[in-house]
Amino acid sequence: MMPDLGKYAFAVLASYGIGLGLIVILVVASVLRARKVRAELEQIEQRSKRHG
Amino acid sequence: MSIWEYANPVKFIRTTDVVLPWISVAAVLCLVTGLVWGFFFTPDDYRQGSTVKIFYLHVPAAMMAINAWAMMLVASLVWIVRRHHVSALAARAAAPVGATFTVIALATGALWGQPMWGTWWAWDPRLTSFLVLFLFYLGYMALWAAIENDDTAADLTSILCLVGSVFAILSRYAVLFWNQGLHQGASLSLDKQENVSDVFWYPALVCIAGFVLLFVALVFLRTQTEIRARRSRALLARERQA
Repeated sequence: MMPDLGKYAFAVLASYGIGLGLIVILVVASVLRARKVRAELEQIEQRSKRHG
Repeated sequence: MSIWEYANPVKFIRTTDVVLPWISVAAVLCLVTGLVWGFFFTPDDYRQGSTVKIFYLHVPAAMMAINAWAMMLVASLVWIVRRHHVSALAARAAAPVGATFTVIALATGALWGQPMWGTWWAWDPRLTSFLVLFLFYLGYMALWAAIENDDTAADLTSILCLVGSVFAILSRYAVLFWNQGLHQGASLSLDKQENVSDVFWYPALVCIAGFVLLFVALVFLRTQTEIRARRSRALLARERQA
């Protein structure tokens, strides 16, 4: 199944590793920050409501 | 209905909440299909061998690195002219995405350049203008982070974005302007004679669609986050004053 990359295997595999790795890090970081900020805002809004 | 309705943060979050899951699924489907197709089911190039497989990451990432800056430019102009906060926050949200695509383009370009040109890097017009574009991304994000007042930060980063647009344009057209250096001209063209062979073109198109959709999904998600973070800051400031 794995294509024969010959003498360029390092260049091709490193490109895919770095490219996909950075995309995964970007997506995970974006989702985690979105959750964190959303939870923080809910907390602040509830506190604001309680204190009128 | 006017596009300016989406300048309302509540309306923006409500609308993007509906479309975000669909765009995300479409992005994953296009990226997986395009990259698997390109990596496993396309032949080697007769001159470049298996390094042609880097094309499916390098070209879409480079295209989106420039287009992300173009999107930031439009959003910045909207902020400067109409003072819509959502547009300034959308530009802020797009910057880390564009910067990541720029790093991918630079890294895969170096890995591709070494076996093909015999060097990881050359001070070639296109490569150099791309590196400067990356530095502008870093400067843009640093400026947003350094200024506490959101409106002042939006004003200054919008001006920086206008200046950086020169390098976004240079990155795209450097090969045509100077007609020198190692980097080739455009690989993709509407002219059938100049365009890459169909066997490379179709999977590349799917990958480009995947990168565009990924960019849109991430900008929507990150803009929602910036809107919420801005509201949190405003509420906290009100609490402190009370």
